[in-house]
Amino acid sequence: MADKNDIGKTGEPFVMPIEWGKVREFARAIKDPNPLYFDREQARQQFGEVPIPVTFLMTSAFWQDERSMPAVSFDLSRVLHGEQEFEFFKPIRVGDVLTGRTLVADVYERQGGRGGTMTFTVLETTYTNQNGEKVAVARSVIVETGTRG
Amino acid sequence: MSCKLKFDQVNEGDELPPLTLTNVSRMDFVRYAGASGDFVPLHYDQTFVEFAGIPTVFAQGMFTAGVLSRCVTDYVGVGQVRRFKVRFTARVWPGDTITCRGRVTKKYRTEAGEGRIEGDLEVVNQKGEAVIRGSFVAAVG
Repeated sequence: MADKNDIGKTGEPFVMPIEWGKVREFARAIKDPNPLYFDREQARQQFGEVPIPVTFLMTSAFWQDERSMPAVSFDLSRVLHGEQEFEFFKPIRVGDVLTGRTLVADVYERQGGRGGTMTFTVLETTYTNQNGEKVAVARSVIVETGTRG
Repeated sequence: MSCKLKFDQVNEGDELPPLTLTNVSRMDFVRYAGASGDFVPLHYDQTFVEFAGIPTVFAQGMFTAGVLSRCVTDYVGVGQVRRFKVRFTARVWPGDTITCRGRVTKKYRTEAGEGRIEGDLEVVNQKGEAVIRGSFVAAVG
């Protein structure tokens, strides 16, 4: 279970190239037919390159490993994805090579509705691009549901 | 950039055009698992979920959030979203119909003069239950 001592722990940086095939596959999976993801010529005229869908940084799952995740032990039988947030500072496009680093930004507790304590862990991944510019921050709130005592 | 929405065209209280997805299916969850890399078996492995005491597999929250994100980009344009936040409030099951909707709550200019809107977002199922509540911030031209 995560606890307050985990706040501030970071994983190793990971590299995430933005690939057109993956963008197309992801857009199809979220049922978004916007031609900017599928028609590269149109995207190049409008954006310079194919842009990413808003929630595409979820695919960092393919580039992260045990070393890039902060050393927090979750009780996987009680874990839920409670919230997700993305903030964008600069465009992210196909051909960019992002570097992400994940931090335990916060751990806090709340009383669960049916008794027991729920633990909330905020994992914050900051992405910079190949030019060293901060492009995005992704925040996941992981909830460990309470054990009824 | 692909800014569809002009600052002068949008007003606080405006509703985003809703987006409805009927008959959400197991194939949708499998496709999202492969595309996103979220291979938590709760979303595709019937044997696993029954062992866990859950009647059927259910959607990844981020599948539904992805569909919701399209509701925002269809409105403001791709590349315009500055913040997107969701909280998962209920599960989405195979066969469900989900409707994504939103409303502009605030319109302003940043110190740099960029037009911005903020809004609330919601995804509801066919019973009217909220499965996601969220919010967004977007740049408008």
